[in-house]
Amino acid sequence: MPSFASSAGVQNNSTEGNTTNPSRESCFGLLKHSIAVHNDLEATTKQSGQPLASVGVTASASKVESLRSHQQKGQQPHLLFLSSQFENWGDSTMADASPRTDTSTDLDIDEKNQMLEQGQLAVAGASDSSDRSKDKRLDQKTLRRLAQNREAARKSRLRKKAYVQQLESSRLKLTQLEQELQRARQQGIFISGSADQSHAVGGNGALAFDVEYARWLEEHNRQVNELRAAVNAHASENDLRSIVDGVLSHYEEIFRLKGIAAKADVFHILSGMWKTPAERCFLWLGGFRSSELLKLLANQLEPLTEQQLMGICNLQHSSQQAEDALSQGMEALQQSLAETLAGSLGPSGSSGNVANYMGQMAMAMGKLGTLENFLRQADNLRQQTLQQMHRILTTRQSARALLAIHDYLSRLRALSSLWLARPRE
Amino acid sequence: MVAFVGHCISMDRVAKLAAQKAVVVFSVSSCCMCHAVQRLFCELGVSPAVHQLDEDPRGREMERALEKLVGRRAPAPVVFVGGELVGSTDRIMALHLGGKLKPLLRQAGALWL
Repeated sequence: MPSFASSAGVQNNSTEGNTTNPSRESCFGLLKHSIAVHNDLEATTKQSGQPLASVGVTASASKVESLRSHQQKGQQPHLLFLSSQFENWGDSTMADASPRTDTSTDLDIDEKNQMLEQGQLAVAGASDSSDRSKDKRLDQKTLRRLAQNREAARKSRLRKKAYVQQLESSRLKLTQLEQELQRARQQGIFISGSADQSHAVGGNGALAFDVEYARWLEEHNRQVNELRAAVNAHASENDLRSIVDGVLSHYEEIFRLKGIAAKADVFHILSGMWKTPAERCFLWLGGFRSSELLKLLANQLEPLTEQQLMGICNLQHSSQQAEDALSQGMEALQQSLAETLAGSLGPSGSSGNVANYMGQMAMAMGKLGTLENFLRQADNLRQQTLQQMHRILTTRQSARALLAIHDYLSRLRALSSLWLARPRE
Repeated sequence: MVAFVGHCISMDRVAKLAAQKAVVVFSVSSCCMCHAVQRLFCELGVSPAVHQLDEDPRGREMERALEKLVGRRAPAPVVFVGGELVGSTDRIMALHLGGKLKPLLRQAGALWL
């Protein structure tokens, strides 16, 4: 950052305000004076006409420089300079300094706010007027605090503005994506009509599944809203049961769809790219972890009978064990795959190694084929968990459980949206 | 005819092996799902007898017999408890989640807790 050497020419103050005598002014008067000096980015000649010493300024938030000036009366005002908005100096509206060096000892509030808004604070302290030094120090503190508050408020307003802009553009994007999705959906229907099913799924398995999942989720949300309304309206046992059954069979539908999609593109399902980022964070073998959902439910479902509590606990424990077993199976698969691929490494060139390579690749391909099986078992677990939960609980409790699960997963999805729309510095 | 007889012989062998211990798993050494099922039994405190079909000279025929039993190709892992066929992975998982696997194991004397 440039430092400001004293210059012979002084912009604004040389011809004016020589009547101000810092020793007699209040702190505010000195403040005006010193801000004028620094806004002009040049040294100012004081009343005595002597040039002020150079000031080195940086843009760091709380760099303090002192500016020494020589007063006729022997005063040594120290101008402490705090600048966090050095860049704004160029935009300073205070280039015209004429009002600033009047003889008034009260700082005009507008000017003060203006100065503070631009993030500059110059606090003058006279070293010799000890009788008023305490007042001056208080004023300095207050001034500093006020300035910081305004600065914080300003920054906050800017952040809010940026955030709102982000939200607006995300909303626009969302509408565009929805339209695209609609179009793709229509095209998807057309494709599966014209070609045979397996071809359509194989050709664009990932995309087709994403579309189907979006549709499934929409229907799921609708059903959950219906369930929530029924619970809140204290619907009859039969009505509630039919809605709950509907929700559960709709869950079975997504597992079925996942199975079909996995045949076409198992990696897409396992990657969780069809889910939102926050959900993906918690992904286990291509979906949610049943034991975690059950943990969440234990608190939501009171009151439970002894037997029900035991049942839920056992279910959670069993699903945890099953999950662990499958996880270990997956680890073994990874290990085995790594060994297979590493086994084909070796000195290149000999034909034996080429045959070896092909053999190893074929073996690796076989191993990859079992991924689909693992995914299927994981989805099986999830399905079984939901069914067992329904068996243990009463209809009303099942309803509340399904609502709790939905709300939790919705929050994860909402969190993803917020995260994606967050304002970035 | 020969194949049929061979099949019967393999089925008998399967049955014989299945009866040898409280929990018997017919597995393939490179099969990771078999590994998962074995881990589950370990977790439950059960040590099953594991027969690796690919390491048995008559493994191929046994595999075919097992295919008939579970109604699926590449049947492994196939689990027998107390000499009785229980099934493959999904059956074991479903039983466990339903809280029925442990009682079954206890009944066969594979679990004492």
